[in-house]
Amino acid sequence: MLKLNKRDTLLFVIVTAMVLLAPFILNPFPQGSSMAQMFNAGYPDLMQRFVIFGILVIGFNILFGLTGYLSFGHAAFLGIGSYAAVWMFKLLSMNIIPALILSMIVAGIFSLAIGYVSLRRSGIYFSILTLAFAQMSYNLAYSVLGNPSSSYNLTNGETGLQLLLDDPRVLDGAAAANGSLPVTNLFGLAMRDSYNLEVGGWLFTFNVGYYLAGIIMLISFYISIRIFRSPFGMMLRAVKSNQQRMNYTGLNTKPYTLAAFVISGMYAGLAGGLLSSMDPLAGAERMHWTASGEIVIMAILGGVGTLIGPIVGAGFNEYFKNILSKINDGILHQWLSFLPDGLENFIVGILHYFVGKGWHLTLGLLFMMVIIFLPGGLVEGGQRVANMFKRKKTDDESDSNNTPAE
Amino acid sequence: MGILEVKNVGKRFGGLQALGDVNLSVAENSVHAIIGPNGAGKSTLLNCLVGKLIPDTGSVMFDGQSVLGRKPFEINQMGISRVFQTPEIFGELSVLENMLIPCFAKRDGSFNLSAFTNMLSDKEMVERAQHMLEEMNMAGKHAMNAAALSRGDKRRLEIGMCLSQEPRLLLLDEPTAGMARADTNNTIDLLKQISDERDITIAIIEHDMHVVFSLAERITVLAQGTPLVEDTPDNIKGHPKVREAYLGETQDAA
Repeated sequence: MLKLNKRDTLLFVIVTAMVLLAPFILNPFPQGSSMAQMFNAGYPDLMQRFVIFGILVIGFNILFGLTGYLSFGHAAFLGIGSYAAVWMFKLLSMNIIPALILSMIVAGIFSLAIGYVSLRRSGIYFSILTLAFAQMSYNLAYSVLGNPSSSYNLTNGETGLQLLLDDPRVLDGAAAANGSLPVTNLFGLAMRDSYNLEVGGWLFTFNVGYYLAGIIMLISFYISIRIFRSPFGMMLRAVKSNQQRMNYTGLNTKPYTLAAFVISGMYAGLAGGLLSSMDPLAGAERMHWTASGEIVIMAILGGVGTLIGPIVGAGFNEYFKNILSKINDGILHQWLSFLPDGLENFIVGILHYFVGKGWHLTLGLLFMMVIIFLPGGLVEGGQRVANMFKRKKTDDESDSNNTPAE
Repeated sequence: MGILEVKNVGKRFGGLQALGDVNLSVAENSVHAIIGPNGAGKSTLLNCLVGKLIPDTGSVMFDGQSVLGRKPFEINQMGISRVFQTPEIFGELSVLENMLIPCFAKRDGSFNLSAFTNMLSDKEMVERAQHMLEEMNMAGKHAMNAAALSRGDKRRLEIGMCLSQEPRLLLLDEPTAGMARADTNNTIDLLKQISDERDITIAIIEHDMHVVFSLAERITVLAQGTPLVEDTPDNIKGHPKVREAYLGETQDAA
């Protein structure tokens, strides 16, 4: 199906089902219960982040996973895409199609320029060059190009680029019919519109923006599978494996790495454009180096160089970030109320540093555990579990599954 | 006029004259060995042929065209393939993929952005790669990771990868270094077979005299960056200058 082999088709079907059914899967607890408050993730804002960061990391994985070139500045392309999309909303139309196209084009141009220079070096020097470029972009956006009083205010600095009532919006006019700011839409279908379905105690939300971003993620995922299985993808893996042999096999490694860099930069631009489409506000903090670091972390968490890893990593990261930052001391006391008071206070006192504002600490520990025990990321964990079941089933049969990891 | 013509090539690294004034002519479809003691400039000469180093003086012509100033991948596309001292293969890729890469490089050139075709459904390429694996007696290992192959198999794979490009000149840099006797003999047989069955010129740099005298039709002896003699194996064996070069080296080393 779709020119994919059996295993890839199965993978694609599973991911498609998960994306389409996410509002159900992510809302396992009935509305209003204390578990729902904590663990339900089926609301539009978070679901949109799942799939949009999924796109970002899928693209990053084409560069880092296949060629091994670790870019530490990918957030720059995310930010550039965001700004480009908001400018399109300001100048042309609130329809997201031109915005997404422009964000991909602009991110592509930037990644071509940055990649051309950075790819002259490899290894740690490449990473540092990309980091430097990203921080330059961040500072340009934050201050140089963002001075509200100057005539070239491209990014509106600290405040962030936002929609105004006196923007031209050539195609659909400055304001909506009721005089307020217009909303982002796809041919009239507003991104923030949702349909709520109540079943018993459960409330499921189907959000237009989420499904649009989800479908775009599925397309991105499909393209990434095709790239992984193509001769081009094989050459990218060859770059990671042995550049010396490539050069002496008549292959020019430079255009291969540059193409991978631009493709992944455009993925990031698309993700940035989608972030702006869901909420038309672009700030420089999206380009900060910590944001770039988070992309690397998501890729490694999920499993570098695997097809499904980026989606798993992005989802895991966003989900736990969301839950951990919601837990506060009150909730901890509630959970541990069965303990004697002194002990309860002591444990809450310790856990206090790992939840709420301290979510970084817990996520950092989880990240360390994955790196130490599952160097192949969460995907490796899944494969180990699957292998355990397989072994139990086949028991004495010869262990002939020497196929390389997906 | 040989297929490879090296004229007055010199290369200096700081104060060290690595190559003095090298003249070398490799005849088409012959097996030509370059021998010499350590530090004689064999590897420097080879690196000048494949574009890794650019000589300070002189010219290197391959089939009437200069290779100087061209990058290694361009020189490879002209028809020169190189086998390394330690096998350079794609360790993380499967054996079949290792063989597919040079096939694609031969057909599609140095860069091809075919991101939407499935490489395994490219029948022509897969058949060619599998055929080559059979010739190398490695068909049964096509799904293995190349890094898991034995040393001898890695060498065979690397030679197979080079041959699948149908090069006109095959350069080998000490192909049996660090090999056991049996593996060395296998490699000699393989190279003999290649040179008998194909229209191919082989230039080999080698330390092991057993390998050199079993394979080469002509031998150039290099010492201190200049060719001492060039002759047939039989004449080289008893040549006084050659003995001097090698004995001199052992005295220095002691």
